[in-house]
Amino acid sequence: MAVERHHWFVRVTHWVNAVALVIMIGSGLQIFNAYPMFARRGMTFCCYPFAGKAIPHWATFGGWLAGARNWHFAMMWLFVVNGIAYVIFIYLHGEWRDLVPRRGDVRDSWEMLKFYAFVRKKHPHQGKHNALQKFTYFAIPILAALAVITGLAVWKPVSLAPLTNLMGGYVYARYWHFLVMLALVVLSAIHIFMVFAVDPYSIRSIVTGKYNPDRAPELRDARPFYHIFTRARHDVDAQA
Amino acid sequence: MRRRDFLLASGGLSASWLLAACGSRGPKGAEKLLKYAMRKNETLERGLFRHTSMDAPSSRWRNAGVALPKYYISDTVPVWDISARGQWTLEVSGLVTRPLTLTMDMLQRLPRITQRVNHYCVEGWTAVETWTGVRMSDLARAAGATPDAKYVDFQSFDNDYHESWDIESAMHPQTLICYGLDGRMLEPGHGAPARLFSPVKLGYKNTKYLTKIVFMPKRNGGYWSDQGYEWYAGT
Repeated sequence: MAVERHHWFVRVTHWVNAVALVIMIGSGLQIFNAYPMFARRGMTFCCYPFAGKAIPHWATFGGWLAGARNWHFAMMWLFVVNGIAYVIFIYLHGEWRDLVPRRGDVRDSWEMLKFYAFVRKKHPHQGKHNALQKFTYFAIPILAALAVITGLAVWKPVSLAPLTNLMGGYVYARYWHFLVMLALVVLSAIHIFMVFAVDPYSIRSIVTGKYNPDRAPELRDARPFYHIFTRARHDVDAQA
Repeated sequence: MRRRDFLLASGGLSASWLLAACGSRGPKGAEKLLKYAMRKNETLERGLFRHTSMDAPSSRWRNAGVALPKYYISDTVPVWDISARGQWTLEVSGLVTRPLTLTMDMLQRLPRITQRVNHYCVEGWTAVETWTGVRMSDLARAAGATPDAKYVDFQSFDNDYHESWDIESAMHPQTLICYGLDGRMLEPGHGAPARLFSPVKLGYKNTKYLTKIVFMPKRNGGYWSDQGYEWYAGT
């Protein structure tokens, strides 16, 4: 029996964000390729081991520097407006309660990691999301906000000089902007991997909103690529 | 299938199509939308612009010196050939009450400013340099720029390279017509005899090999702005 899991507003903002984020990252990497390092001219930079190496073409968007810049500076509005709309919605509508980490979520994250590492046998008890998901989904809007703020510092280093200076100047503002992007890429990659490897049934819930609670990972004791097709425990219990 | 599901499914499909379109320039039909966003961004950027917002590099940052790249459009370093073109002069004209034709001597007699500022390149690099020259605002006053001069075109002898500016950015106190770099006269590689330099615009707006400054009622595009780069390009 399917239940309604994600409000249509959350589903729409999720997919708009997916498109906007992909374009922002692709065009950002194309822009980065015009000078794929961080050092100020005549100086060295401490903390980037791949200086001078271009980002592979497949990961870029916009075709050339100006094209990518134009995409980046247009798509940023969709990214910002959509993100703000999402945060306001989950605040007013109550979804934030499923996403804000609470006391005990650090311990529960550790239990989840133990479970994924086969140290713990049973899936820890969870609400709508497990503790690791809560930390991830809570971190995403914060990282997105940091991406926008560091981006503003790179875009307007003179008009917004106090902001750029706060970040250690243009070179570091650009570096923080890059690292925040990297964090978003890593979390998104883990998110997409876990959706397919642990709970492919959740794809339906982010498209149509419907979710079959009998397929919940907790009931299946689902680890990456384990028990994907196992039926819920209580179904099996009922037959026994 | 409900309408909402259809809309969402198509949203997901377009997302995956965009993923597949990576490495591309993006859909052709988006050009208009990108141009629209560029215009809106310009309005915002001009609203953010202040004559009191100054660029001030930290004293811990070294000057780029020889590490400052030398960019020009011609095949070889543009050099003003006196035997062929006569003495170099800088013409200040357009919407002015007193058009000027300045020799290097005349330019150097105008109030001299030396400033240590960042160079912001569109490519993403920055370089700290110490520039010496004349404030554009002093030059505008000397030439008597009229109130209907809303834009300024900066033209060069480097293959007709030029870029036009909004008057506000041109009148910023850090916008200079430079003839000196790091305590020496400007070299041909960096735009000799004189060039425009300001930290308030990206590098490509700062015309090198300057020959003409024309005050205008309308903008006049520019070498890179006509090829798809932002015309405003403020920092």
